[in-house]
Amino acid sequence: MSDKTVLEELQGRFAPGPVLPQKTLDGIPTAWVPAEKCHDALKYLKYESPRRFRMLYDLTAIDERARTGKTPGQRPDGDFSVVYHLLSYDSNEDVRLKVALKGDRPSLRSAVDIWPAANWYEREVWDMFGIGFEGHPHLRRILMPPTWEGHPLRKDHPARATEMGPFRLPEEKMEEEQKALQFRPEDWGMKRKPRAEGTDYMFLNLGPHHPGTHGLLRIVLELDGEEISDAVVEIGFHHRGAEKMGERQSWHTYIPYTDRIDYLGGVINNLAYVLAVERLAGIEVPERVQVIRVMLTELFRIESHLVWYGTFAQDLGGLSPVFYTFNDRERVFAIIEAVCGGRMHPSWFRIGGVAQDLPRGWDKLVREFLDYLPGRLAEYDNMIMKNRLYKMRTKGVGRITLDEAIEWGITGPNLRACGLEWDFRKKRPYSGYGQFEFEIPTAADGDCYSRAAVRVEEIRQSMRIVEQCLNNMPPGHHKSEHPLATPPLKGHTMHDIETLIDHFLGVSWGPVIPPGEVSFGIEAAKGNNSYYLISDGNTVSYRTRIRTPSFPHMQAIPMMCRGLMIPDLIAILGSIDFILADVDR
Amino acid sequence: MSEALRSIIIILSVIGGVMTIAAGLIWVERRLLALWQDRYGPNRVGAFGLLQVLADMIKVLTKEDWIPPFADKSVFFLTPAIIAITTLLTFAVIPFTSTILVADLNIGVLFFLAMSSLGVYSVTLAGWASASKYSLLGGLRAAAQMISYEVFMGLSLMGAVMLAGSFDLRVIVEAQRGLWYVVPQFAGFVIFFIAGVAETHRLPFDLPEAESELVAGYHSEYSGMKFGMFFVGEYIGITLISALITVLFFGGWLGPVLPPVVWFLIKTFFFIGFFILLRAALPRPRYDQLMALGWKVLLPVSLLNLAVTGGIMLAGR
Repeated sequence: MSDKTVLEELQGRFAPGPVLPQKTLDGIPTAWVPAEKCHDALKYLKYESPRRFRMLYDLTAIDERARTGKTPGQRPDGDFSVVYHLLSYDSNEDVRLKVALKGDRPSLRSAVDIWPAANWYEREVWDMFGIGFEGHPHLRRILMPPTWEGHPLRKDHPARATEMGPFRLPEEKMEEEQKALQFRPEDWGMKRKPRAEGTDYMFLNLGPHHPGTHGLLRIVLELDGEEISDAVVEIGFHHRGAEKMGERQSWHTYIPYTDRIDYLGGVINNLAYVLAVERLAGIEVPERVQVIRVMLTELFRIESHLVWYGTFAQDLGGLSPVFYTFNDRERVFAIIEAVCGGRMHPSWFRIGGVAQDLPRGWDKLVREFLDYLPGRLAEYDNMIMKNRLYKMRTKGVGRITLDEAIEWGITGPNLRACGLEWDFRKKRPYSGYGQFEFEIPTAADGDCYSRAAVRVEEIRQSMRIVEQCLNNMPPGHHKSEHPLATPPLKGHTMHDIETLIDHFLGVSWGPVIPPGEVSFGIEAAKGNNSYYLISDGNTVSYRTRIRTPSFPHMQAIPMMCRGLMIPDLIAILGSIDFILADVDR
Repeated sequence: MSEALRSIIIILSVIGGVMTIAAGLIWVERRLLALWQDRYGPNRVGAFGLLQVLADMIKVLTKEDWIPPFADKSVFFLTPAIIAITTLLTFAVIPFTSTILVADLNIGVLFFLAMSSLGVYSVTLAGWASASKYSLLGGLRAAAQMISYEVFMGLSLMGAVMLAGSFDLRVIVEAQRGLWYVVPQFAGFVIFFIAGVAETHRLPFDLPEAESELVAGYHSEYSGMKFGMFFVGEYIGITLISALITVLFFGGWLGPVLPPVVWFLIKTFFFIGFFILLRAALPRPRYDQLMALGWKVLLPVSLLNLAVTGGIMLAGR
C-alpha cells in the first residue's frame, strides 16, 4: 500500500487540479471532482487504487440552493451535489467523492456499470432530487408513486401537508392512480421474451399484501412453472419521508423518528444518529453512558434477532418457533421497559447521553434473562438449526459469493455469512465497543442456512457483551456535561442566569449544532446503518441522509432468487432479515 | 323392518359422530397447538372454550359467501362439496366395531382408495376454477402431490391386505386378533401415515395451501361456508386417515376390558393427536423435495415391503 492518502492519489491521477479536498468532521477523505471526471475517478478508486474501494457504501445528493453559507471549507459553485461514499474492506478506509451540479435539471453519468448496487441509489436520487443519470437502465421513481409531482427532498418541495393545498381525490384522479398501479412488464424493466411456440411465462404479483413479505413489499415474478426466471422488486409502500423530516425537526426531536426506521432495532437507530450528532457537536460522553448504550443496543440486537428467528422458521412453514421466540422477546422487552419505559420505540438515547439513569434492580432483571436464554437457544438449535427439513430448505438456497455481496453493498450478518469477518463494532469500534470481548461469527457458504447460523451465533455473542456490561457498569453520570447535551443537565441552571438561558433555549428551540459534515456508521442488527448529517449551524440539520442496510439487501433479491422456486424466494426473504421501514425510510 | 331402522340409525350416528368429531377437532387442534406453543388458545367461549366450535360455526355460516366474478361459477360452487362428500362416504366402510358399520363391502380398501382419488378433484378443480394465480399454483401442487402419494398409499396397504387375504376392512381387523399388523407391516404403516398426511395436505405436507408462499393456495378465493367445507373436510380427512390406521394396523376395535367402540376411538384420537403434533413441530419441504421423497424413497420402500411380505408368505406356506 502506498503512503499517499487516497486524496493525494486521486490528485496525482487527475492532475492538474480538479480534485478539491474538503474537510469533514468524521475524518473521511472527502473531495470534490468535476462531473465529467467523476465516472473515471470512481472507476479508478474501484479498480486501480491500491486500496480497492470495492463497495459502493452510499450514493446520495444534497440540494445546496438553500445554504446560508456558514459551512466551512471550500465548495464549488453548484445547485446540487451528488455524494458517493465508497468503502474498502481491504484497507478499512472510506472515501467520499462529491460532484457539484448546476441547473434545475442536472444530470450525471450513471455508475451502474461500475456497481450494480448503484441502480437503486441512483433511482432514489432521481426520485428525491430530480437529478438524472445518463446510461441508467431504468431510471424510474422508486420510493414515491409514479404519479407524484416534484422531487420531495428538494428544498422547495413542501414537507408537511399544511404547506400544500387540501388533498382531493376526484374520480378521474383515482382512476389515473389505479391505472398507474397496474402491472405492465415494460414499465418494470421486464421484457416479454418470446419463448417456444405456444408457451409463455406467467407473471405473478407477490404483494404488496402477502404473508411471506413481512410488510408492504411487491415483487413481480416471471414464472416458468414454479421456477422464477426474473423478479422485480417494488418498494416505497413504507416511505414516510424520514430524511425530509430531518430537515424540519430539531436535532433533539428527530430522535423518535430514528426509532421507526428499523422498527425492530429500537435504540440501535438512536445510537447511529446520536453518535453522528455528538461528533458534529464535539461531545464526549461519560463511560457509563457508553456502557449503558452498548447494553441497550445489544439487548435490542437480541430482540431483533429473536423476531427474525421465529419468522424465518415460519416462512419455511414451521408454525411454533415464532411463538417461542416472541415469548423470549417479551422478556427482553420487560428489561427494556423497566429501563426505558417504552418497548419497541423507546427513543431513549439523547444527544450527549441517555434519558435517565438505570433504574434500581436493573441488574437483577438482566441477570435473570442471561440465565434464561441459553437454554432456550439450545432448544431452538435442536428444533430449527439441526432439523433436517429446515436444512433441506435452506442449504444451498439463495447463495451469494463474497464478491457479489461486496458489489451489491451487502453488510452485516448477510456479509459475514459469505465468509468475510467484518463487524463495525470490531473494525471501527465506537461507543466503547473496543473494550468488550466478543467474536465475529462467520459462515462460509453465503446461503440461507449460513445467514441463519451467523445470526443465531450473534445472539450468543450479544449476550456475552450484555454480561460484560452487567459486570462492569462504571459509575458516573448518565449524560455529558457538555452544553450541547440535550436536554442539558440541570445542576447549574438554578445558580447562574447564563446557564439558565442556555438551558431554556436548548430545551425550547433545541441545541444549535456547529456547522459541519459527518457520517457515522454502526453495526445495526441488520447490517450497517449510518447517518450522514450536514449542519449549517442551525437548530435543524441541513441534510439528513440515512443509509440503511435493508435497502441494498432488498436490491439484491432478484439476483439471489433467479432460477429458484417460489418457496426458495420466501426462504431468501426470511433469511435476509429486512425491515421494510428500513428499506423505504 | 328393524334391520332397515338399525341401518338408518347407524348411518345417522356415523354421520353425526364424524361431523361432531371433525368440528370438535377445530377446537382440539387449536387448544393442543396452543399448549405446545406456550399460549392459551381459545378459552373464552363456554367452559374451556368448548363453545368456540359453535361460535366458529355461526361465524362461518353468516359470512358473506362471495364468488369472485372471474371464477368458473359452477365448478367453484361444486368443489367444496366434493371433498366433504368423498371423505364422508369413505366412513361407510369403516368398521367401528364388528357390528357398527354402515356398509360391509368386501372391497372396502378399494372403495377408500377410489374415494380418495375422487377427493383430488376437489382441491385441483378448486384451484383451477378460482381463476387466480395463487389458487392455480396451489391446485397444481395438490394435483401432483396427491396423485403421487396415492400410488404408495395404495401399495402400502397391500401388505395388510395380503396378510388378511381380504379387501374387507372387517376381515382385516379380525385377522389382527393375534398380532396387530403394525408389527409385521411396520414399513407399510409408516408409508401409509406419510401418504395420509400428504393426502390430507396437512403440515408438513401442506404445500397446496402453503400460507407463507401461496397465501392460502387452492382455497384463497373461498369464503363463508364454502371455505368452511374445505376446512371441515380437512378435519374429516384427518379423522378418516386416523381411523384407517387404527383399522389397518392397530387392530381396530380390538382390545381388552373396555367396550370395542371405546378402543376404536382411543386409537383414532391418538393418531389425530399425532397429526396435530406434526403440525406444531415441523416445517414444510419444497415441492420438488416432496416429490423426490415420494418417488425416490417411498415408492421403492413400499414395493420392497410388498415383495418381502409376499416372499415371507410364500415361504411360510
